[in-house]
Amino acid sequence: MTITTVPEPVLAPSTTPRRRGGGRRGQGWAAFFFLIPWGAGIVLLTVGPMLYSLYLSFTSYDLLSAPEWVGLANYELMLADPRFWKSVRVTLVYVVVFVPLLQVVSMLVALLLNSRLRFLTGYRALFYLPSLMGASVAVAALWRQVFGAEGLVNAVLGVFGVEGVGSWVGDPNRALGTIIGLNLWAFGSTMIIYLAGLRQVPRELLEAAEVDGASRLRRFFSVTLPLMTPLAFFNVLMGTINAFQSFTGAYVVSGGTGGPVDSTLFYTLYLYERGFTQLQMGYASAMAWILLVVLAVVTGLFFRSSRYWVHYGDES
Amino acid sequence: MSTAQTRVAMPRPWSAETQRPARNKVLRGIIKHAVLICFLLIMLYPLLWMVGASFRPGNQTFAGLGIFSDTYTAQNYADGWSVGNLNFSRYFVNSAIITVGAILGNLVACSLTAYAFARLEFRFKGVLFGLVIATMLLPQHVTLIPKYIIFNQMGWVNTYLPLVVPHWFAVDAFFVFLMVQFIRTLPKSLDESARIDGCGHWGIFWRIVLPMSLPAIGTTAMFTFVAAWNDLLGPLLYLPRSDLWTVSLGLNSFLDQTGQSTYGTLFAMATLSLAPIVGFFIASQRLLVEGIATTGLK
Repeated sequence: MTITTVPEPVLAPSTTPRRRGGGRRGQGWAAFFFLIPWGAGIVLLTVGPMLYSLYLSFTSYDLLSAPEWVGLANYELMLADPRFWKSVRVTLVYVVVFVPLLQVVSMLVALLLNSRLRFLTGYRALFYLPSLMGASVAVAALWRQVFGAEGLVNAVLGVFGVEGVGSWVGDPNRALGTIIGLNLWAFGSTMIIYLAGLRQVPRELLEAAEVDGASRLRRFFSVTLPLMTPLAFFNVLMGTINAFQSFTGAYVVSGGTGGPVDSTLFYTLYLYERGFTQLQMGYASAMAWILLVVLAVVTGLFFRSSRYWVHYGDES
Repeated sequence: MSTAQTRVAMPRPWSAETQRPARNKVLRGIIKHAVLICFLLIMLYPLLWMVGASFRPGNQTFAGLGIFSDTYTAQNYADGWSVGNLNFSRYFVNSAIITVGAILGNLVACSLTAYAFARLEFRFKGVLFGLVIATMLLPQHVTLIPKYIIFNQMGWVNTYLPLVVPHWFAVDAFFVFLMVQFIRTLPKSLDESARIDGCGHWGIFWRIVLPMSLPAIGTTAMFTFVAAWNDLLGPLLYLPRSDLWTVSLGLNSFLDQTGQSTYGTLFAMATLSLAPIVGFFIASQRLLVEGIATTGLK
């Protein structure tokens, strides 16, 4: 999904001081009624199913006969499964390459757009638009053609005399690259967050730095970038979490197989295959829980690290 | 009167921009526009080319790198509408039903939840809001399998229900979060005066907070629309029967049976499937930008 709002990384809402007298009475009951749908959802559609899948991960279950307790067998199978490790590697490479690249491209375009530019609204809209389509089957299908053996990319290369490049999506060394490209193509939502942030950088700070003789580059790294770190925190966090769950692009481009030779076998693709093609619900649940634990650790470390590199505006 | 004075009184002599020759500035502007336009063209070219190719006769789909051609035809669109055992008119209806159901659910459930977190005081509020954040970060695959098993046992496979009902329970925590952030920026004084006028919480929510939250509501509707319209995994799991397929599923299955000769038809249907997204985006762009600007940065 694309995301376009930037919160400050607050974890709890600021609790307003209690007022004496009227107003507060009955708020608990009102809150209860307002929260019925959400509360039911949390119990029935989130926490309940989570616990159920934890249980399933210790069973062997094919939907037809009752789940059979097998202890840690699924996890042991997983550790010995070369395709599991392959999917881990593909996903890690994807995350490590894609997420930083996304930040750099988004920031560069945002910097270009952050000036008194004519047609700014138009540019912004056009750069943003692909991010609404990046996860669609239509664009993934187009991608398969564009990076195919006789696709648009090779045709353009042919114009420049580069021949015999072959299919990009059919080459195990390049297929993952095309999927990174596909999702990078949708950088607009990330870019727009950075752009909104750049517009908030106080002019006085930049001008003061300029008076002090700081070069353009220096001003960016010493003034602008530190002020952008809360946004970068949000973008990297959400980008990482979404990247770990990336599915549609790889599924459509590889025709549902994760091929060629498992080179685009994303974790979620393998999970889907195990669960819904081979009906190994226990194994797939174990995979889901490993993903959850890994993501929780990554998120935790990320929040921990934030105090060393995320600057909040109150230091000035 | 005073504007002129202030303008004179507050020049910015230290700004280097004003000291540089004007020609330099014009040149820089031109280069900037050139870079941006080149980048945009490269980015959007495949899309434009696809739209162009979809209007070419079938044997000329890959006739060239250009967007325009000598002959235009809508034949691909007519063919694609019902090709072989596929039935795109049906898929569009199915996608529309699911999408509308998901949007309405998200708007109702998320705004109710957000009002409580943004405006009401209650016990364990901090802990519960922490839960909202936690579910926002939760990978959807953890609940994928158990949900499938449960919905399967309830007989919901081959119905739209698994793709619509969860949205009515505010499972998309991100939108709750977005709306909470937005509602917090609204002045509380209006709530107070409404209370004095005899409004209860429901009245304040319905008459004051909701109408003022239009940008956040628009953003939520837009994102829910895009997510539901593009979704492949959900329909893949829950709608195996082909008369219930969504546009995404239809396209995916079309892709599997497409040879070079039917690419024109595939492109036509792909173009049609993207059209609602573009339309929705153009319609809500103003609202979106406002939503981003206000919600985005306190």
